[in-house]
Amino acid sequence: MDLLIPDTGLFILQTVAFIILLIVLGKFAWKPILSGLKEREQTIESALLAAEQAKKDMQALQADNEKLLAEARAERDSILKEAMDVANSIKEEAKEETGKITAKMLEDAKATIENEKRAALAEVKTQVAALSLEITEKVIRKQLSEKKAQEALVDEYVKDLNLN
Amino acid sequence: MMKKSRTNILNLLITSALVAVFGLASSSNLWAASGGDEAKEEGGGTDFIMHHIKDDYQWHIITLGHTHVTIPLPVIIYDHEDGLKVFMSSDFQDEHHNPIPHGGYYIDHGKLFKLTEDYVPSTSHSNDSHGEEVSENEHREEDSHGEEAAHVEEDAHGDDHPGMTQAGFLDISITKNVASLIISMILLFAVFLTIAKRYKKGLGAPKGMQSLFEPVIVFIRDDIAKVNIGEHKYERFMPYLLTLFFFILFNNLLGLTPGAANLTGNIAVTMCLALFTFFITQFNGKKAYWTHILWTPGVPLPVRPVILIVEVIGIFTKPISLTLRLFASITAGHIVVLSIVGLGFILNNMAVGIAGTLFSVVISLIEILVAVIQAYVFTLFSSMYIGQAVDDGHH
Repeated sequence: MDLLIPDTGLFILQTVAFIILLIVLGKFAWKPILSGLKEREQTIESALLAAEQAKKDMQALQADNEKLLAEARAERDSILKEAMDVANSIKEEAKEETGKITAKMLEDAKATIENEKRAALAEVKTQVAALSLEITEKVIRKQLSEKKAQEALVDEYVKDLNLN
Repeated sequence: MMKKSRTNILNLLITSALVAVFGLASSSNLWAASGGDEAKEEGGGTDFIMHHIKDDYQWHIITLGHTHVTIPLPVIIYDHEDGLKVFMSSDFQDEHHNPIPHGGYYIDHGKLFKLTEDYVPSTSHSNDSHGEEVSENEHREEDSHGEEAAHVEEDAHGDDHPGMTQAGFLDISITKNVASLIISMILLFAVFLTIAKRYKKGLGAPKGMQSLFEPVIVFIRDDIAKVNIGEHKYERFMPYLLTLFFFILFNNLLGLTPGAANLTGNIAVTMCLALFTFFITQFNGKKAYWTHILWTPGVPLPVRPVILIVEVIGIFTKPISLTLRLFASITAGHIVVLSIVGLGFILNNMAVGIAGTLFSVVISLIEILVAVIQAYVFTLFSSMYIGQAVDDGHH
């Protein structure tokens, strides 16, 4: 058994042993280990991919939400604006209406006042006439002696009155 | 924290105990070797070192004083004439551990000889009455080779073994190396079949031994096989590469334990492994591989025959380099450790002995590194050669 000369017996036994190792380990150790490793790696990879996908979905969802929120906000704003416009226009209309009514009322009031004034004037006229008549009556009663003169005077007065 | 420091101390204790055992085992061997047989050790510690590096028919554990503690191993011989024969290595030694012939065979210093008709047994062992020897006794009287009988006993060292031959039989004994080979096989089965069970159970985080070996397996797959053989073809060679790596690694590390055999430092073993790679490479050689060797494309025509010669030589130098690299690095490492341990005994100096033992511990640690690196390198080169063979030629 020299150091540099291969020993035939050991060589043969080593070959046999190595072949047995190859077959047994290959079939019962390396095959399940390698396939197990592969399976685990694939599972981990797919899990990571799924997580990534979920993250993306989440982001998309969040973006959607944001968009929806923005839309809602815009709609709210527009509704508010519309409402404000409507309110404003109603106010304007009301103002106009009020103005018209006021004007009409003023006109009415004026007309009434005019009428009242006329009426009052007419009444004053009648009153004046009555008073004049009374005065005349009194004057007449005083100057009853001169009937002709009295009548001429009355006529004169009446003439004057009519001229007024 | 407390628990961690305690385990650290425990680890340290175990490590130092191992180192002490290692030192003790090697030094006591040497002590016995140097003290027991002054005459034999005159040429330095070479015999002692060679005894540790070479294969043997028995497993020598330790020598305490003059008592050799050995495990006898079976000696199996296929005789071309008589068929299969099985002995125990202890049959070939007397009670003083001197070699004696047995059953027509003789073991001396790790060498097995078949006794021929010219064999003359020594007078001191005439009480061992074997049939063949009795008949040979008659020959001795006639040939009158009296002094040769003593020669067998005295100068058993030399290559000169009269009346013995190393031809005519096939020795398939369970030697120390073969025993170590079987132990490593059992160990490999135990480790990897246990780990494989965890993977068969389905998915789960690695645990225990599995987490120790899984990164190594993944490393071999991703950084050796995939890189050198290619993403699509590596799977077919994975069982071979994994078996190769762990076989070399386990045996390299087993070889570093005290009293163990030097299996991966044996040229027959490394040659066997290199030939596996060689045949796998050649049988998987694609068209591109062979055209590259036989008629290298892209090279001027006159140069092609020269390259052909170089490439053909290259086919054979690859397994030779694999064989020698592993054999030499493991054997050299053992020689260095043993030499340094032996220095103190040869110089008979206590201080050198202590320094040498401490230094040998450092070398042993480097040896552990070498054990891993050589397993890696062998696997790496094997996968590179296979990768060249299966390449489709798309450079």
